[in-house]
Amino acid sequence: MMLTELTIAAAQAGLKRRDFSAVELVGAHVAAIERLNGRLNAFITVTADQAMDAARRADAVLAKGEAAPLTGIPLGIKDLFCTDGVRTTAASRMLENFVPPYESTVTANLLRDGAVFAGKTNLDEFAMGSANINSAFGAVENPWKRAGDADTVLVPGGSSGGSAAAVAASLVMGATGTDTGGSIRQPASYCGIAGIKPTYGRCSRWGTIAFASSLDQAGPMARTVEDCAILLQSMAGFDPRDSTSVDCPVPDYRAACGRDLKGMKVGIPAEYRVAGMPAEIEAAWDKGIAWLRDAGCEIVEVSLPYTKYGLATYYIVAPAECSSNLARYDGVRFGRRVPAPSLDEQYEATRRAGFGAEVRRRIMMGTYVLSAGYYDAYYLRAQKVRNLIRRDFERAFQQVDVLLTPTAPSPAFAQGEKMDDPVQMYLNDVFTVPASMAGVPAMSVPAGLSASGLPLGLQIIGRSFDEESVLAAASAIERAASFTHRPAVRAEVV
Amino acid sequence: MSYVIEGRTGPWELVVGLEVHAQVISQSKLFSGASASYGGEPNTHVSLVDAGFPGMLPVINRECVAQAVRTGLGLKARINLESRFDRKNYFYADLPTGYQISQFTHPIVGEGAVEIELADGSIRTIGITRLHLEQDAGKSMHDQDPTRSFIDLNRAGVALMEIVSEPDIRMPEEAGAYLRKLRMILRYLGTCDGNMEEGSMRADVNVSVRKAGEPFRTRCEIKNVNSIRYVMQAIEIEAARQVEIWESGGSVDQETRLFDPARGETRSLRSKEDAHDYRYFPDPDLLPLVVEEAWVESLDAALPELPDAKRQRFQDEYGIPRYDAGVLVAEQATADFYETVARGRDPRLAANWVIGDFFAALNRTGRTIQDSPITAEGLGGMLDLITDGTINGKIAKEVFEDMLESGESAAAVVERRGLRQVTDTGAIDAAVQAVLDANQDKLAEYRSGKDKLFGFFVGQVMKAMAGKGNPALVNAALKKVL
Repeated sequence: MMLTELTIAAAQAGLKRRDFSAVELVGAHVAAIERLNGRLNAFITVTADQAMDAARRADAVLAKGEAAPLTGIPLGIKDLFCTDGVRTTAASRMLENFVPPYESTVTANLLRDGAVFAGKTNLDEFAMGSANINSAFGAVENPWKRAGDADTVLVPGGSSGGSAAAVAASLVMGATGTDTGGSIRQPASYCGIAGIKPTYGRCSRWGTIAFASSLDQAGPMARTVEDCAILLQSMAGFDPRDSTSVDCPVPDYRAACGRDLKGMKVGIPAEYRVAGMPAEIEAAWDKGIAWLRDAGCEIVEVSLPYTKYGLATYYIVAPAECSSNLARYDGVRFGRRVPAPSLDEQYEATRRAGFGAEVRRRIMMGTYVLSAGYYDAYYLRAQKVRNLIRRDFERAFQQVDVLLTPTAPSPAFAQGEKMDDPVQMYLNDVFTVPASMAGVPAMSVPAGLSASGLPLGLQIIGRSFDEESVLAAASAIERAASFTHRPAVRAEVV
Repeated sequence: MSYVIEGRTGPWELVVGLEVHAQVISQSKLFSGASASYGGEPNTHVSLVDAGFPGMLPVINRECVAQAVRTGLGLKARINLESRFDRKNYFYADLPTGYQISQFTHPIVGEGAVEIELADGSIRTIGITRLHLEQDAGKSMHDQDPTRSFIDLNRAGVALMEIVSEPDIRMPEEAGAYLRKLRMILRYLGTCDGNMEEGSMRADVNVSVRKAGEPFRTRCEIKNVNSIRYVMQAIEIEAARQVEIWESGGSVDQETRLFDPARGETRSLRSKEDAHDYRYFPDPDLLPLVVEEAWVESLDAALPELPDAKRQRFQDEYGIPRYDAGVLVAEQATADFYETVARGRDPRLAANWVIGDFFAALNRTGRTIQDSPITAEGLGGMLDLITDGTINGKIAKEVFEDMLESGESAAAVVERRGLRQVTDTGAIDAAVQAVLDANQDKLAEYRSGKDKLFGFFVGQVMKAMAGKGNPALVNAALKKVL
């Protein structure tokens, strides 16, 4: 087996046994990045030299028998996490040359635990998008191909498309993502990997570039549920520098993956059976239900009546917050500046040059919904509906322990599809947005292939701060699905 | 007492409400650990949070919250145990994040009241609508370079309290009295230094006029007036402008105006149509601000005695007149000084000396109570010498002036200059005899009935004794021989 095929769990053990060195492990991945990134464009910045230096230090630590949980494990870092001394762009021209003098809490936690960063992964600009086509550094290619069609370039999903593609193609063993309305789960589904958005407040937002503060949450993406658990263990934890971070003990996530599901109640929300859902998505869902039943779960039909307002509400709340969060990119203190004779003209020129079309669209929508005369009809009403959505989940979780739904209404689509109509693009997040609005943890796990040979993910949604049940149910699906398919483009294929 | 603007169409009433921005005294800023101290080289008190760097998040400074609660308690206001922070969005170069974090819909402090006293002794209560916490912006400097503007972010993120009054003010004098009283309370509480020249206290003035009995008419807001005198001037000038507009058949537009003291006018800054749409919404980076009732109670228990209570106590405990008590409590330091002098002594004598000679000396020498060469203990020591008869009141003035110059104690001055009062009746009798001998003509006049000359003889004896004679003994000795 090649080093790039290993899971993080297996690599940890191999490094400890000295079956191979961290330099070998990181080197294999760096080589894969050098070979494939030109094509996939999964990384905006590759930090190969720093990664190899870190690998050498990791070997020294391993030699002393002092390995930390992630010592020597090569990871990709979504280019939304500020990394001390390493360019952090948010995939925007605005921050093309921005080098933060600080390290985000989540990445600092990973470094504390010995992780090696191979580079900064591509994303939709400021995490706004569902196909990773909105990057100022170019689109990301999904390493998967439709059966019998090696030419059509598929999107990896978004916004954490670079992370998903890099993990799927084995350029790194795992990656960080951020999820505001599905930005971890939907690309995980499109790229045939696992990804979890933990409970809002579980991972610190400090040092992560904000899109929509009340929704943004960091989480791991990896090829197995257990690897996600290992990464989340390091990323999570209370941070006094983030007022919305929650001071709540982080349980043993890895142990949760092996938990017996006997007696677990799994809710199937009726409202997720949306009109026009492709039969193969419905079939994958039904298979997931059967697997969980076989694992000893009790399947319960539940209702989340406000689900149908989720997407509309999300596209008020998230742009509103983004319109304010992105006001700081004004060309005055850092980032891009387009000089102009007056301050107002400088703002206009800088922001026109710095922001792409989708970011500008969302800033305009957000500005509109917060404007005098529209605030009550849009923002205020959206907040009320958001509370109803939250209550939907609370009520459902009085009956059941987790919910099972599809992650996305389709498999990965081709670049160029769905691109004329932003609303069509927004519909990709229809299943993922409600959990974001409620702040509850949700995970996508690969469950099978579509008729065209593309991965399909199922989503497990849990109670607030009960990532353990989510991981347990996802692990059961993973085991039952025995998803061993690999994408066409990957490190092992030369 | 009432204030009326006489227009061509009859009398007009003035309606004023004040919004005071008071900079909170705290070590660090409202949402960051950067120093909140005034001064400092430009951009040296700036954290990454203050500069609005990507991914930076605000964390509330508990001390600033405590200061707001203390102020609320000092204004006898309702403390809201749950309040909320909102974002006020607008673009400006000295506003790094593009929004100011403020409290729009749910302020930390609700309704309260401030009692003011006017020159004629009448008392009025001005209602407080609310007090909320917010961030200050940075400072733009347009005069440092011909083509560029410079920005100093030292002040960006410093905590401000916005204290909003009800439109209860009916005279310019009341506005002045309100601001002075508010400043006094803030200084007593130690929550704001009240220094309007340095900008740590600024006022926005809402002015309208109406005929008696009418509902409110349109108001104008005069922004950022930075002295109490200017506030009173601005009100008068703005009210006159509005009366003129109404009387000539026009109508006042709701707008923001600036006061130009040099030209004695207010000028339009922006009209309602150009007003910013601040797009307020709850700041998603901050949870609702919840304070415990027990914590509020502990802050309340630890509050210093406030001016009104202290003034009443001075009247009751020291038996001094209300006016004197008012003068003494105007500043905490003065009140403390007085109490040190008065403790264990004649409190009225102490009040006379502190308000009289001591204040006059500070004024004359341009000193403050803090750097006065005469301490409270020193002044008290001098009063002790008067009380125990070592010196008399006249000599005391001399001793006081010497203390002011030399910084020595009263006892040392008396000793050095031999100013001890003479109580030796033999010496007094001798002096009396010498004066009578030298003024045989006056003695004859006195004896022929010119009683008024008694004072002349007292003066002459005191003069002969270089002022040191005990006045009672001198009187007695003279009476005996005359």
